Amino acid sequence: MTRVEMTVNGKPVSGEVEGRTLLVEFLRDRLRLTGTHVGCDTSQCGACVVHLDGAPVKACAALALDLQGADVVTIEGVAAPDGTLSPVQQAFNEHHGLQCGFCTPGMIMSATALLRDNPRPTEAEIRDYLEGNICRCTGYHNIVKAIMAASGQDVSAVAAE
Amino acid sequence: MYDFEFAKPGTIAEAAAALKGEGAQALGGGQTLLPTMKQRLAAPELLVSLSGIAEMQGVCVSDAGEVCIGGATTHATVAREAAAHYPALADLAGRIGDPAVRNRGTIGGSLANNDPSACYPAAALGSGARILTNTREIAADAFFEGMFATALEEGEIITEVRFPVPQVAAWAKFAQPASRFALVGVFVARFADGVRVAVTGASSDGVFRWTEAEAALGASFEAEALAPLSPPGGDMISDIHGSGDYRAHLVKVMAGRAVAAAG
Ligand SMILES: Cc1cc2nc3c(=O)[nH]c(=O)nc-3n(C[C@H](O)[C@H](O)[C@H](O)COP(=O)(O)OP(=O)(O)OC[C@H]3O[C@@H](n4cnc5c(N)ncnc54)[C@H](O)[C@@H]3O)c2cc1C
Ligand code: FES
Ligand code: FES
Repeated sequence: MTRVEMTVNGKPVSGEVEGRTLLVEFLRDRLRLTGTHVGCDTSQCGACVVHLDGAPVKACAALALDLQGADVVTIEGVAAPDGTLSPVQQAFNEHHGLQCGFCTPGMIMSATALLRDNPRPTEAEIRDYLEGNICRCTGYHNIVKAIMAASGQDVSAVAAE
Repeated sequence: MYDFEFAKPGTIAEAAAALKGEGAQALGGGQTLLPTMKQRLAAPELLVSLSGIAEMQGVCVSDAGEVCIGGATTHATVAREAAAHYPALADLAGRIGDPAVRNRGTIGGSLANNDPSACYPAAALGSGARILTNTREIAADAFFEGMFATALEEGEIITEVRFPVPQVAAWAKFAQPASRFALVGVFVARFADGVRVAVTGASSDGVFRWTEAEAALGASFEAEALAPLSPPGGDMISDIHGSGDYRAHLVKVMAGRAVAAAG
């Protein structure tokens, strides 16, 4: 076992891990941050997306020990400390951007990263960026709509699905 | 996944020394290797992460005008930083997998793996790139040795890849809708001394140069120049996503699109 130290949601954390401990295992099993989901464990679904030094990555495909000193943000770190939802979270709520909610943490993390790089994406850009996020409930239309709304674009003309 | 020892050296020399050990293997972005280890198709005893080696990171332009990419540079960084120097290469890197994969996966990992459907082998072969390792330099024409096989020796590290920049070039990828790898992808590059056409996704031997198309395009760099050619022969991949004949047909279609895009 080796000690790993990193910053998660702004707080310094550490723990003893094996070589094979995945970032997602460290987050869920050690830190009890179970908002990051494991949908496939084969790098396909994006339910486990977190931000690593500001960029979205799949936490099921990174080793905890490879991330000594890294800065990680999970879905638990997205809302304000007083619980106020982020604009993306608020828009998912308002536009029915989730059904069972399983894919939602990954969708929110990817969408948040997209809007940071591209504050007013087109619908096509949003769909392209979400390539690696799969929604088992297939609620993609409302997810895309929510992200457009979160970026301040008028979605009143977009039909409800 | 079986457990293993983990090392993260800060220099190429330290990494090369660590990789001399029995059962040691390099870890790039882990986007291919970690899933393979989960399936227990690989079980290294020591993983040597290359992501802490500063001298293997980043994109620059050499005095000779080549675009030089550190072996541990992620696809996302190439998409961003090569755009001004070699747009077709940046375009290719920016369409690998999805954003999260591009933030971890590296050029060295992609070339070393030589997946028959991977994108980077087409750019390296299509550009006539040079692959620099910790011990030598390998021309792209001598690097790819068939599906998942390369000229790399055990423990040899891709430290840098140097791309000559063509006059015009383009990448045309027909994405396999589930995996996002190339069902067929064609990289076309026109240099002062000739045209190179590299095809991925199609052949069971992995990436290859379609020499008939190179000759035709050398004479006339127009999509129509490909019309009289029959699709490339050889042992095409045939699976549930497409028959060999379909892939051979797609090679011609995608090559035409790449030429049209290169203009
Ligand atoms: C969902 C998904 C979609 C993808 N889509 C595409 C796609 O569209 N096109 C595409 O081309 N690829 C695709 N990939 C693969 C991706 O590009 C990988 O990043 C790449 O194939 C391997 O790079 P890596 O850095 O992750 O290498 P790793 O997985 O870490 O390593 C792969 C192999 O290379 C060796 N290695 C790593 N770095 C070096 C080095 N510098 N020198 C020598 N050996 C080294 C390792 O020992 C291992 O054998 C996809 C992957 C996923 C998970
Ligand atoms: S759990 Fe990581 S991509 Fe599905
Ligand atoms: S809301 Fe159920 S998986 Fe997306």
